[in-house]
Amino acid sequence: MNNRLFLVLALAIAVAVFVICRWFAIDYLFFAGYQILLYVVLATAWNILGGYTGYVNFGTAAFFAMGAYSSVALIKFFSGVALPIPLLMVAGGLVSGFVGLGMGYLTLRLRGVFFSIATLALAVVVQTLITNWDYVGGSRGAYTVRPMVAPIVGSYMQYLFLLMLSLAVAAIATARAIEHSELGYGFATIRDDEAAAEASGVPTLRLKLIATTLTGMFMGMAGAPYPYYVTYLDPASGFNLAFAVNSIAMPLIGGTTTWAGPLIGALLLGSVQQIATVSTVLGTHPEVNLLIVGLLLIAFVVAAPNGIVGFFQARLRQSRAA
Amino acid sequence: MNAPLLEVTDLGKRFGGFVALEGIQLSVTSGERVGLIGPNGSGKSTLVNCLCGTLRNDSGRVRFDGRDLKGLAAHQRTRLGMARSFQLPRPFGSLSIAANLRVPLLYTVKARAGRGFDESSIDARAADLLAMVGLADKGRRLPRDLSQVEMRKLELARAMAAEPKLLIADEAMAGLSHSEIDDILALLRRLSAEGITIILIEHIMRAVMSFSERLVVLVAGRKIADGPPDEVIRNPEVEKAYLGE
Repeated sequence: MNNRLFLVLALAIAVAVFVICRWFAIDYLFFAGYQILLYVVLATAWNILGGYTGYVNFGTAAFFAMGAYSSVALIKFFSGVALPIPLLMVAGGLVSGFVGLGMGYLTLRLRGVFFSIATLALAVVVQTLITNWDYVGGSRGAYTVRPMVAPIVGSYMQYLFLLMLSLAVAAIATARAIEHSELGYGFATIRDDEAAAEASGVPTLRLKLIATTLTGMFMGMAGAPYPYYVTYLDPASGFNLAFAVNSIAMPLIGGTTTWAGPLIGALLLGSVQQIATVSTVLGTHPEVNLLIVGLLLIAFVVAAPNGIVGFFQARLRQSRAA
Repeated sequence: MNAPLLEVTDLGKRFGGFVALEGIQLSVTSGERVGLIGPNGSGKSTLVNCLCGTLRNDSGRVRFDGRDLKGLAAHQRTRLGMARSFQLPRPFGSLSIAANLRVPLLYTVKARAGRGFDESSIDARAADLLAMVGLADKGRRLPRDLSQVEMRKLELARAMAAEPKLLIADEAMAGLSHSEIDDILALLRRLSAEGITIILIEHIMRAVMSFSERLVVLVAGRKIADGPPDEVIRNPEVEKAYLGE
């Protein structure tokens, strides 16, 4: 299947999802769906660097929050002018993409666990900066007032849902296009053996910078509408540990080598978490969500270390060989 | 006589206080078959790494095909026409055997050719290379399905996929059986006949002696001999290094 056909199909599915959700006409469905779609984007973005090139990034929250806080800063700076959210998403994507490039330049000489620690440090540094930046609310946080009417679909929650749905389609289509391209081969060689990749002519540093920039960009774009989603944003929620944990756990559970892995992982884990949030059986403790993630992660590491996609790929290969 | 393809002048490399290479002079002409030998730890692999850009040499110069390689990354040197195989095979484990060969075709041959490159030829080229090393029926398998000798052949095929002028084969035969060594030697001779310059780094003397036109000996980071194989192995210094006094 070529990229254009895939994009058309993905858009068709997205439209179908939106129409079905509209048919139910429950605003909560859009609210919960937004969160799941947000995780689809974050997991897919994480996987471009973490899954394809094998560099484990613990800094998701930093890239995400930079997108969100870019919006807060822009909304405040242009107070009175209603900035369209797609524009804020472009701005957030640019900021986080640029930071991703810079971080890549500084840290990609580090390998394995050292790179991961550096991304964790980045998250701490950015959070400290934001917490002490009064203009965007500092530790008190910032309120964002939703406009009365949303463009296109009327309801603001539905509008945000539609935006995140479009971004999810864009992220997945990008990830899939990379997989089937020269870039995808290059990323895979970096994951497998960097010295051998260089010896085969692969410009590893440049490719890794492309990966960090893309990852940062999509995470920033996913963060940009967040102030409108939560209407009150403070560093503790913007830099929530759940973002970093989930964006790693979802691709690992789904499978890291294909675009389908993060999608499956995010849909599965995201839905379970949404259900757990409102289910009275488990009680409504937010910590239960992370407990679920942790237990599932352990189960998968033991039973299917290559994730759901990897598990079925191995099955397929076995049956073909037999 | 032509200018040498590879010219190493006064090359030195230290790891902290340990001098791995010192004052290495080496000149290789186009089309030559050079054997590089030396006891373990004598600096052979370090020299290869300095030539290929995996390590940066601390002093001296490397010129290749009329260009100074100073500051060039490994992938740039590969694109200039210097290919290597690794001492321990390092295949791309998640890619199929055929895809392993596609990587240098895409990233070296295509990058070198620029816009005029016909991408549809890649599959055919990969198939040719697989046939050359006798892995034609294994293109869709993963590297972990290969035997040790097949892995070495894949390693050489991947180096050859970059269409190099100079091939540096780092212990391509270690751990192989007698007949497997002959297999690899035949392959290297065929490449040499096609005009590719080859530097063979090897411990197996039978292989080096039958293959090389010239033998270079490294001992403790210094070059102690360089000349026709028969003369070099009678050199008392070389004997001392290998057999002791």
